[in-house]
Amino acid sequence: MAYVMRSSPSVQSGSLAPHSSASSVSSSASSSSYILRLGALNSQRSGRLSITRRAIGTANRRTRKPHGVSASTSELVAEKPSIKNALAITREEGLILYEDMVLGRSFEDMCAQMYYRGKMFGFVHLYNGQEAVSTGFVKCLKPEDYVCSTYRDHVHALSKGVPARAVMSELFGKATGICRGQGGSMHMFSKEHGLLGGFAFIGEGIPVATGAAFKTKYEREVLKNDKADAVTVAFFGDGTCNNGQFFECLNMAALWKLPIIFVVENNLWAIGMSHYRATSVPEIWKKGPAFGMPGIHVDGMDVLKVREVALEAVARARRGDGPTLVECETYRFRGHSLADPDELRKPAEKAHYAARDPIIALKKYLLESGLVDETDLRSIDKKIDEIVEDAVEFADASPLPPRSQLLENVFADPKGFGIGPDGKYRCEDPAFTAGTAQV
Amino acid sequence: MGLSSIAYDLGSGLNGPMSISHLSSPRQQLAFSAKSCTGSRACITVRAADGNSGSMRAPPSTVRASKLVTNAVAVKSETASIAATKSGHELLLFEALREGLEEEMERDPRVCVLGEDVGHYGGSYKVTKGLAEKFGDLRVLDTPIAENSFTGMAVGAAMTGLRPIVEGMNMGFLLLAYNQISNNCGMLHYTSGGQFTIPVVIRGPGGVGRQLGAEHSQRLESYFQSVPGLQMVACSTPYNAKGLMKAAIRSENPVILCEHVLLYNLKERIPDEEYVCCLERAELVRPGKDVTILTYSRMRHHVLQAAKSLINKGYDPEIIDIISLKPFDLHTIGNSIKKTHKVLIVEECMRTGGIGASLRASIMDNFWDYLDAPIMCLSSQDVPTPYAGTLEEATVVQPPQIVKAIKQLCG
Repeated sequence: MAYVMRSSPSVQSGSLAPHSSASSVSSSASSSSYILRLGALNSQRSGRLSITRRAIGTANRRTRKPHGVSASTSELVAEKPSIKNALAITREEGLILYEDMVLGRSFEDMCAQMYYRGKMFGFVHLYNGQEAVSTGFVKCLKPEDYVCSTYRDHVHALSKGVPARAVMSELFGKATGICRGQGGSMHMFSKEHGLLGGFAFIGEGIPVATGAAFKTKYEREVLKNDKADAVTVAFFGDGTCNNGQFFECLNMAALWKLPIIFVVENNLWAIGMSHYRATSVPEIWKKGPAFGMPGIHVDGMDVLKVREVALEAVARARRGDGPTLVECETYRFRGHSLADPDELRKPAEKAHYAARDPIIALKKYLLESGLVDETDLRSIDKKIDEIVEDAVEFADASPLPPRSQLLENVFADPKGFGIGPDGKYRCEDPAFTAGTAQV
Repeated sequence: MGLSSIAYDLGSGLNGPMSISHLSSPRQQLAFSAKSCTGSRACITVRAADGNSGSMRAPPSTVRASKLVTNAVAVKSETASIAATKSGHELLLFEALREGLEEEMERDPRVCVLGEDVGHYGGSYKVTKGLAEKFGDLRVLDTPIAENSFTGMAVGAAMTGLRPIVEGMNMGFLLLAYNQISNNCGMLHYTSGGQFTIPVVIRGPGGVGRQLGAEHSQRLESYFQSVPGLQMVACSTPYNAKGLMKAAIRSENPVILCEHVLLYNLKERIPDEEYVCCLERAELVRPGKDVTILTYSRMRHHVLQAAKSLINKGYDPEIIDIISLKPFDLHTIGNSIKKTHKVLIVEECMRTGGIGASLRASIMDNFWDYLDAPIMCLSSQDVPTPYAGTLEEATVVQPPQIVKAIKQLCG
């Protein structure tokens, strides 16, 4: 059963006392709620051990249990009315969510095909199964908002609005790719759509996202632009949550109340390393309150639940109340990358999550609620098929980057290549930029 | 600290006002009567837009009608050389850095500083003293001790429109930020296909100090030199410190500005008018004809000290402060080699994989035919800087070694 679990009393507006401008976490209202949370956590810890023991022994754990959240469950029940409202979506919203997830899935499936046909190369990390997280969050954002991703970034790019053609071309290494073929699968960037990357090393995108959020604050407070309210969403995985940059950025984001949402796509595996073998306290959401921000745990296979949490967190950031840490329980249906034989994950675990396919779940919801009918969904499926086919055709037909492109973007200011023996800047020599000059 | 003022007796070195370096391309606006094409000291150059972009993506134009200064090397005996302008004002190198920084922060509200203790404390070396009071806590941001993350934060802020300056309290601390410097600063403009620019400046003091211990006495220029996408300069006088700081801030590229712990209290008279140095150009400190000495940062002053003795012995060294550690100004360097045919490199970097090693290779590639002797290179020892004073002294190149090397090279 999918449900929302919460660590903090609420992410509802107004229920978390906003920090005073002195940016100390010790304002009385908020500290008491944090203490309550910490207290709850401490008492849960002893209960936790038994679960951990079980986990180590059998690796039988496929779902996260609602351990020790009873304190906040009652608060949850008390807030039921607003949850119900947030879950209700309109037909249009439903169709948008469905289309975005189907686009993500179809695109990734096509990537796998293309990879095995030798059209794309290197390390390709597919997002199948995790669509609810990308769609759930990114479809809450405005065009001016920023998204920062990792190497598993194709679907974040698509959700944010980067055309499928541009992503596919990039994967094929063509000059028409979103990064001119220079980035590849793990380095998707789009200035137009506010996609800040695409990073191959885990964790290194989180500070970049923090910087984008810092820029919003700077724009408001230094440049005095009241309309500056761009929010940044940073996506990363469970493995990253043991990395220093994660903790350092949680600290700075909370310290300066930056408009950022840290979204953990916890799919339980970092290549072949199980989250539980790598992490002393596996509940990542608990680490939010340790740094002074709400930590939320949500079912990442349910796009409506994700969306509900996302709307809250985005609103919170946008009005200046600071960051949120959201842990999404999710799963990748494929291996870590197309090169991963995926032998360590148990079939039972995979089957469990396959049964919670987010697209099937949304489809079921939409049909059962009467918001849409079969033909609507089928026409979307067809539309997406055409988009993806077109993307492949476009990428196939696109030219490879010419040799002359090699050095073009090394420096924004090409004077950085320096002055050659003849006294001219190297970049003034056409042979240099064509890559044929002897350097 | 070492030198308290720059007062050189350069013998027959300077002959009146130095000619301004000008760029030979017809696109450049500056025209001065050049005495030689030695591309002497880099003064202003703010340049017109590059109209002919060809296959390059032209940088945005920044044309400013700055006044040009003919010569501002504060050589005591040279009253005539500062002829074109008023007498200027005297200050210490760290104050010059601060002046440059302050001017740029006033000029562009997107310029901000972040680092440890830059705000309320005013900077460990006082480079940002008073700036937080003037510009506020957000523009001069005191960060927690998390170099990798706040450097990455600067990258993200730069990508989205700000122009941050990251101060490493010591360059050595920036080793912790190496991931962000190499992967993000250096790469993102490229991997994004040119979509995002990263106009950050990363600066801080490095080099061997006075018994600060190994970790605070690192010579890291070469660690960053290979990173594609980065530019790197080293300042050595108050004049070039201010000018390079301004140029680095204005540059659209990520620039590493290497300062030196022992040079912060150098005093010099610099112009009152605004000026900007050129990031890619070397500085001809003293023209000569016997041998080319290439150096940078603190070693410039050791070379100058050695030069006094050499000149007395009848040598005529040409001393060039390379300023730009990446890329090398091969024009200035080459013209000198074509004249003297002998090269001595004096650097503080380690021998192995140092700036000197890279420079030697570059010179061999480009100017082999002009060399009459193998290129000599004096570098610091490949050793973690020892604490003991005697050992520390033996780690870096000292003036007597330079004198000996020249004698060996020139006979």
